[in-house]
Parts: sequence; structure tokens; C-alpha cells
Amino acid sequence: MDFSLSAEQREIRELALKFAKNEMIPHAQEYDEHGKFPTEIFKKAWELGLINACIPAEYGGAGFSAIDGVIIGEALAYGCMGMNTSFMANDLALLPIVIGGSDEQKKRFLTPFTQEFKIASFCLTEPGNGSDAGGIKTQIKDGGDHWIVNGEKMWITNAGYADLFVVYGTIDPNLKHKGISAVVVDPKTPGIEIGKKEDKMGHRSSDTRGIRFNNVKVPKENMLGKPGDGWNIAMSTLDHSRPLVASSALGGAQRAMDLSVHYAKERNQFGVPLAKHQAIQFMIAEMGMKIEAARLLVYKSAWLCDQGIRNTEIASYAKAFASDSCMQITTDAVQIYGGYGYSKEYPVEKLMRDAKLIQIYEGTSQIQRLVMAREILK
Amino acid sequence: MNIFVCVKQVPDTETKITPTGDGSFIETASIKWIMNPYDEFAVEQALLIKQANPAANVTVVRVGSKKDTEALIPALAMGADEAALVEAGDNLDSYSIAKALKGAIEKTGKKPDIILAGKQAIDDDCLQVPQILAEMLGLPSVSVIVGFEMNGAAVKVKREVEGGALEVYEVSTPVVLACNKGLNTPRYPSLPGLMKAKKKPMATYSLSDVGVSEADRRVKYSGFRLPPEKPAGKKFDATDAAKQKDVVGQVVGLLRTEAKVI
Ligand SMILES: Cc1cc2nc3c(=O)[nH]c(=O)nc-3n(C[C@H](O)[C@H](O)[C@H](O)COP(=O)(O)OP(=O)(O)OC[C@H]3O[C@@H](n4cnc5c(N)ncnc54)[C@H](O)[C@@H]3O)c2cc1C
Ligand SMILES: Cc1cc2nc3c(=O)[nH]c(=O)nc-3n(C[C@H](O)[C@H](O)[C@H](O)COP(=O)(O)OP(=O)(O)OC[C@H]3O[C@@H](n4cnc5c(N)ncnc54)[C@H](O)[C@@H]3O)c2cc1C
Repeated sequence: MDFSLSAEQREIRELALKFAKNEMIPHAQEYDEHGKFPTEIFKKAWELGLINACIPAEYGGAGFSAIDGVIIGEALAYGCMGMNTSFMANDLALLPIVIGGSDEQKKRFLTPFTQEFKIASFCLTEPGNGSDAGGIKTQIKDGGDHWIVNGEKMWITNAGYADLFVVYGTIDPNLKHKGISAVVVDPKTPGIEIGKKEDKMGHRSSDTRGIRFNNVKVPKENMLGKPGDGWNIAMSTLDHSRPLVASSALGGAQRAMDLSVHYAKERNQFGVPLAKHQAIQFMIAEMGMKIEAARLLVYKSAWLCDQGIRNTEIASYAKAFASDSCMQITTDAVQIYGGYGYSKEYPVEKLMRDAKLIQIYEGTSQIQRLVMAREILK
Repeated sequence: MNIFVCVKQVPDTETKITPTGDGSFIETASIKWIMNPYDEFAVEQALLIKQANPAANVTVVRVGSKKDTEALIPALAMGADEAALVEAGDNLDSYSIAKALKGAIEKTGKKPDIILAGKQAIDDDCLQVPQILAEMLGLPSVSVIVGFEMNGAAVKVKREVEGGALEVYEVSTPVVLACNKGLNTPRYPSLPGLMKAKKKPMATYSLSDVGVSEADRRVKYSGFRLPPEKPAGKKFDATDAAKQKDVVGQVVGLLRTEAKVI
């Protein structure tokens, strides 16, 4: 067993962290406050090859492993969890194409993302169906030489800026999971109405909107796999994307811990640095312990992916443990900062707001536990 | 055109420095090493010159111990063509480093046109390797440059002097230039660049390969110590008007007997 990263992986991490520290951290607060979409930073990250890590080398990608992907994800989330949500949404949207697309579709949809800066959205959630994704109601009907999409999506990251949507719908709601299908949609297609930007608690720089599809015509050749393949594609996508989402919680938690350690050494109360008080030491020890454990789960879930071994259970452990830990750690960071932690002048209150979302999207912490139990008890 | 860039790997600016038990050097085991920040300006300048002269070849050279993450790799990932590493301890003096750089440059068999370096390394802050190297090679050198223009073999550089004034120099190549912040904005190494860097040539030499021995040492470090900790400041409460005279007396007394400044 070898727990060390390769020289190349260490270099990837250094590069991504350097970008996070120089290009993201100094701007994170401003983008958060104004809910400003980080187009320039996103583009710069793309130019450096930090975006779309999931695209295979055959289609113009860098050919990163899932472990490389989580190393990059953690570093970028260290810079800003909110911006990273927008960056990561590209991978979430492109993964179904990597997993379920034909060679021709991969060339047509993935390669342009390696040649030009482009943004993508993954459209699964609906106003009435979040956790219960199998019950989605968006209809994909056969219109002869094309598909016709009707329905409504909700909470779609990057929706206002996307060049490509991957949309999940059903060819027949009575078929339940077996009816679910995925199509690639051009956001400029007539009949698509993109809603207003949600005013969110955290991840305020990422763009989240509802989308309405009114008789939207989609070319036949844009369906991933066959009608009804959508559910399996979505499930395999989650096995790949959950380690990545977990890595973003890890990055946010690491940042909260680094800030806490620094502050606890600088701030004096009762004549000594906060770090000399055992109550503070215990919170910091807890942070270190949780981050180390979360990182091992994240790496293992990604490693299993790279080995082609089913990782559903471990990926759920990683996603739930990393995001729950991130919530606890960012909350404790605010506690260690005391009154200053509660002010927007200091960076930890934003971390606490940002942490909350990671327990919710890509399967809530409760849904992860359902998955774990199902895997354990089956 | 052959461009060489001297790169040093130094402890990250946030590193907590600890002298070794015997005081002969600093503990290096747990240090995070980065490319000396001033050297990034040198690498960037070399790449800008290469952009304007596509036939130019950029070689990055480093003297020091093998590291966990190699600073020559990001330089290659930024766009340098090849690299040379002279493996040596991290506590060499400036003279030995300059001599090793000269040896490594000569080993490549390429005649240098421009040699770029950072104006100083942020670890020992000696500010003299580029000048010693230039002297050894019999070349002109300009340091602390913040502007660079090239016209054929003539190079015009601006250097910063005290008070914010600029000196302008015209020098002919070959030349050694030591770069300062403000010269350019270093690009990031890209991830595809990082992948390509692995395939670029990297020569490795020992100190003896490049003709350097212990006899070249001009400076011997005799002891590394942390600066003494500053004692905490003293506060005097003079809010009570009746006690003010007394407090002033105490302060004056301490300034005489403890601080010994009056
Ligand atoms: C900022 C943001 C960005 C998002 N981006 C995207 C995106 O890009 N694409 C996309 O498709 N979706 C996206 N989502 C949607 C996200 O995945 C859903 O919000 C999430 O799956 C939860 O669904 P819901 O909000 O409908 O909550 P609900 O499903 O209504 O859940 C409410 C609560 O009930 C719990 N719960 C539900 N079912 C069970 C159960 N069986 N047992 C126990 N507890 C249960 C949940 O854990 C939760 O606590 C985003 C959401 C947000 C907030
Ligand atoms: C919105 C807001 C409104 C406020 N309103 C008022 C007001 O109206 N009037 C007023 O006077 N004050 C007010 N306060 C100040 C508030 O009471 C202080 O913020 C609080 O007492 C904590 O002090 P501190 O912020 O300096 O944190 P610190 O004292 O620096 O504490 C930082 C952290 O260290 C911990 N800590 C400190 N000492 C020890 C120890 N010995 N052992 C273990 N842990 C320790 C603390 O529990 C905390 O987690 C307000 C604060 C806020 C944020």
C-alpha cells in the first residue's frame, strides 16, 4: 500500500493551489458579495487546463485520472467553494457524455470544450423532484426526426451562461427509472426559457436558475445511449462525480482549518494565544482528524473509479463525510474567530455559508446514508 | 539565440525556519520548496524573448539538492525548452553556486546570448550570484531590471534605483541580467505544459562534473541562530492625572537603565 502522490500529482496540486491562492482567494469575497459570475477567473483556469478534467485524452483532454481530478477539485475549492461549483458543474455535465456517449457524440460535444472556453450545465433536478430523481417529469417525446422536450428544471448551476445542457427526462413516466433518458441540448434552441438567478445563502458567485422547456426540438443524434438508458448513465455519473463533489468539501474544510490555526496563534485572550487554550486545541485537533479521514475517503473513492471497481458505497461515504465535516469545521472556524468570525470582514463566515450547500446538492447527506445502507444491507 | 535562466529553489515564504541542532544550517526536511519568486520574472522574460524570436532556445539551470517538487519542472511547463540540474547541498555559498552555474551552462555546449536570473534569492538574500557569474564569464551585467527591450544584439534595460528613479542602460549581448518585480507578469505553468515538461530534456550533473569543489567555498557558515525574540512591550497606565508624574518618572528611569537610549 502506498499513500503518497506521484511527483506529477504533487506538481498538479501545487499548480492548482497557486492558482487558488493568487487568482481566487483575493477575489472570492467580492464575487460573493455581489453575486458576480467569475467568467474571467473561470476562463483563466480553463486556459491553464484546470477545467474539464474528465475529458479523456482521445477527445483532446489532458487524460487525467479520477485522483488527479479530486486533487484539482480540492485545490480550487480551497480558493473558493462557490466559484468551484461553477467550474465543477462543467465536469458534472460532461461526465454523462464521457460515460454514455458514442464515439461520434464525444467528438462532437467534448472536443469543442478542449478547444474553446465553454460552460456546461447538468439538468436533472426539477421543482417537484430533487432527492427523488427517479420521479422526474420532464418529457422527451419522439417527434419523428427529432425529440421534443417539455418540462421544467430547477437549481441548475451555470444555466445562464451555458453553451451546452445535458437534460434528463422521461419517455414515459409509467416506466419509472426505465423511462429516464438523457439528451444533449443547445441552450439557444427555441422554446427554452431560462429563469432568474437565485439569490442564495452561499456559493453566490455561481449561477443557479430554473429552466423551462416548451416544445424544444432536439436532434435525434443527441440522445446519450438509447431511450431508457438515462438512469444507468446518471447512476454511473454519480459514482464519478461524488468523489469530486466530496473533494470540494475537503478543500473548503482545509481552508477553514488553515485560517483557524493561523488566527488561534495570533489572537491573545487571557494573556495567551487562543491556541494555548485546550478548548481551542480540541476544535483544531478535531478539524485535522476529520480532514485526514475525509481525504482518505475521497482518494479511495477516486482510486476505485480509476481501477474500474464499483465505488458506490465508498463514494457516498466520501461525499457525506467530507461535506458533514466541512460544515462542522467551518462552523468551528467561526467559533474560533469569535465575534470577528461572524463578520463579513473575515473570511470564515463565507466558508460556513458555502459549506452548507455541499450537504445538499449531488445527493443530500440523508440520501447518501440511504445509498450506504442499501449497499451494506443488500 | 541561446537564453539561459538561473533558477533557485527556496523555502516557501510562509516557512517557519528552524536551525539544525548543531547550528550548521537550517532544517530542510519539512520545508515546502518553491521557485524563488524573482526567478519567475526571469523565466517569463526568457519566454517573452522566445516569443519574439521563435528560433531561440531557453535552458533553465538550477544548483541545489533534489527536491520533492522540482522547480525546474514548472519552468519547463511555462515553456522553457530544456533544463539542467547541478546536484549539490543547499548551503553552498554564492561563489560556488555561480561557478556551478557557469560549469552547467558550458556543459550544454551552447554559447549564451542572454543569461537571466532573479535579482536575489529570498532565502539567503545575498544578491550577488548573477554578478559573480557575469564576472566569471567576462560578461557585462545589469541588476534589478524592471524594463527590457531588444533590438538585434543591443539590449536596452531599465533598472530601479533608490527613490523610484530609473536608470536606462544599453548593453550588447551576451549579457547577464538580474530581474526584479515589475519587469513582467509571470505566466502560470499550465497542466498540459506540465505533461509536456516531463518529456523535455533534463541533464543532471554533480558538482565535480561542473568543476566545483569544496576549495571553491569563499564563505563558511559557522552558526545559524534565530534572532532573539523581542520582549513584550511594557504598558503604563497614565489615565489617572494624579499618577501621571509618577508614571513619567518610571518611563524615564527605564529608558535610562533598561533601554539605555537616554
Ligand atoms: C445551489 C444549488 C445548485 C444546484 N445545482 C444543480 C445542478 O447543477 N443540476 C441539478 O440537476 N441539480 C442541482 N441542484 C439541485 C440539488 O441536487 C437538489 O437540491 C438536491 O438533490 C435536493 O433536492 P431538493 O432540493 O428537491 O430537496 P428534497 O428532495 O425536497 O429534500 C428535502 C429534505 O428531505 C430529505 N429527504 C428527501 N428524501 C428523503 C428520504 N427518502 N429519506 C430521508 N430524507 C429525505 C433531504 O435529505 C432534504 O434534507 C442544486 C441545488 C442547489 C441548492
Ligand atoms: C453581532 C455581535 C453583537 C455584539 N454585541 C455586543 C454588545 O452589544 N456589547 C458588547 O459589549 N459586546 C458585544 N458583542 C461582543 C461579543 O460579546 C464578543 O464577540 C464575545 O464575547 C467573544 O469575544 P471575541 O469576539 O473577542 O472572541 P474571543 O474572546 O477572541 O474568543 C475567540 C474564541 O476563543 C474562545 N476562548 C477565548 N478565551 C478562551 C479560554 N480561556 N478558554 C477557551 N476558549 C476561549 C472563545 O470561546 C471563542 O471561541 C457582540 C458581538 C457580535 C458578533
